[in-house]
Amino acid sequence: MKRFNFTYFLVEGCRSIVTHGLMSFAAICMTVCCLLIMGSFALVAVNADAMLGDWEDENIILAYVDETLGEEQTQALKQTLEAVPNVTEVTFVSKETAMAAFREEKESNELFDDLPASVLRDRYQIQVDDLALMNDTVDQLGEVSGIANLRTNPEVTEGFLVVRNIAGVVAMILIIVLLLVSLFIISNTIRLATFHRREEIAIMKMCGATDWFVRWPFIIEGMLHGLIGAVVAFFLEWGIYVLV
Amino acid sequence: MIRLNDIQEVYDNGTKALKGINFRVDDGEFVFLVGPSGSGKSTIIKLITAEIAPTAGRLMVNGYNLNTIRPRQVPLMRRTIGVIFQDFRLIEKKTISENLAFVMRAVGASTQEIKRRVPYVLELVGLDRKERRHPDELSGGEQQRVAIARALINNPSMIIADEPTGNLDPQRSLEIMMLLEKINELGTTVLVVTHERELVDRFSKRVIAIDNGRVISDEMGGYYSDETF
Repeated sequence: MKRFNFTYFLVEGCRSIVTHGLMSFAAICMTVCCLLIMGSFALVAVNADAMLGDWEDENIILAYVDETLGEEQTQALKQTLEAVPNVTEVTFVSKETAMAAFREEKESNELFDDLPASVLRDRYQIQVDDLALMNDTVDQLGEVSGIANLRTNPEVTEGFLVVRNIAGVVAMILIIVLLLVSLFIISNTIRLATFHRREEIAIMKMCGATDWFVRWPFIIEGMLHGLIGAVVAFFLEWGIYVLV
Repeated sequence: MIRLNDIQEVYDNGTKALKGINFRVDDGEFVFLVGPSGSGKSTIIKLITAEIAPTAGRLMVNGYNLNTIRPRQVPLMRRTIGVIFQDFRLIEKKTISENLAFVMRAVGASTQEIKRRVPYVLELVGLDRKERRHPDELSGGEQQRVAIARALINNPSMIIADEPTGNLDPQRSLEIMMLLEKINELGTTVLVVTHERELVDRFSKRVIAIDNGRVISDEMGGYYSDETF
């Protein structure tokens, strides 16, 4: 493309937006609507994913330490537990700390005020990387010597996995559908603009214009519609997110 | 130069628009193509401008064989001819000079060339003071002059006018025809499709008469009378 022609196409594309104001308005509105729908859904999906991530972090295994172990042996257990595959974080919670947390939880009940910490056991809070491998991890943790027993919540874990899988599939399907709908709407808008100016195109072709000479101003006009629509949609989406 | 050898055209619905047309228009000629509605005149124009391809026969326009022309060569062929329509077909959103300039842009002309050529051609057709007007601000005759200027702007070797005076009063029709004659005298081949009997008879040029898809007469200095059909 020659340089002077590019300038001409750019000027024609810009001018066309003004001279075909109503069509441009329709095209930009279509773009804004499509991007708003896609953007809103993406925001919901990102927030839902973050929420699921938080829940995932809260889904911990409690490993109670055998009471016959001394303090050093109890501390040494941490490294053994960390070496178990799929374990990401191991936090020691002494019986005193556990009792303090218990009392805080039951602060309205005076019955527990004189309860000694010795009724509880030292324990480790264990976080796992992949919840789907939870059962294998629990089996391996159970084989660690010095661990008296484990407390897990298999129903919650399985329920969480089902929710996450369904959410993932639904999100994927909706994104594909919205993408197809957006493409369909945008292509129809372009077709409408071309139909609206079919006489102008016919005149250009009759005068010896090549197909690309006819197309370039349309392409630049379409790019500008998309750019304006994207900027408007970005600020609208921002405003909606801040408000909500 | 146009050469039609035994051209036949059958439309998709089975209509036989042309049934073996033969004629030749040499460089520098002024030719009237006349005939009643439905005789096949418009089909011949569409064939010459490569809007449609012939069903059978051989068609040459300005050195291009339209039987074998490639799609990418069609714009190049069209640049060798200037077409004028009955309804002017100007772009309403563009000014008169822009209507001319975009045709020059289409062939890759520079801004300097456009600035030099557009006023010259507008002066040639007598519209040198109206270059900033839009088509809807001009009379029918003036709009047709703009269409002629647009057809001339790339200096084509041939002008094809399809009923150029169909929407004009007799005085404006005469002016347009005289303008086309002047263009022809400057060396451009002119083919005029028309119904206007008086104009055809007045100019005494070569007249090719078409009826029912066939050439029924082809005479130098011919005329267009009731007896023709």
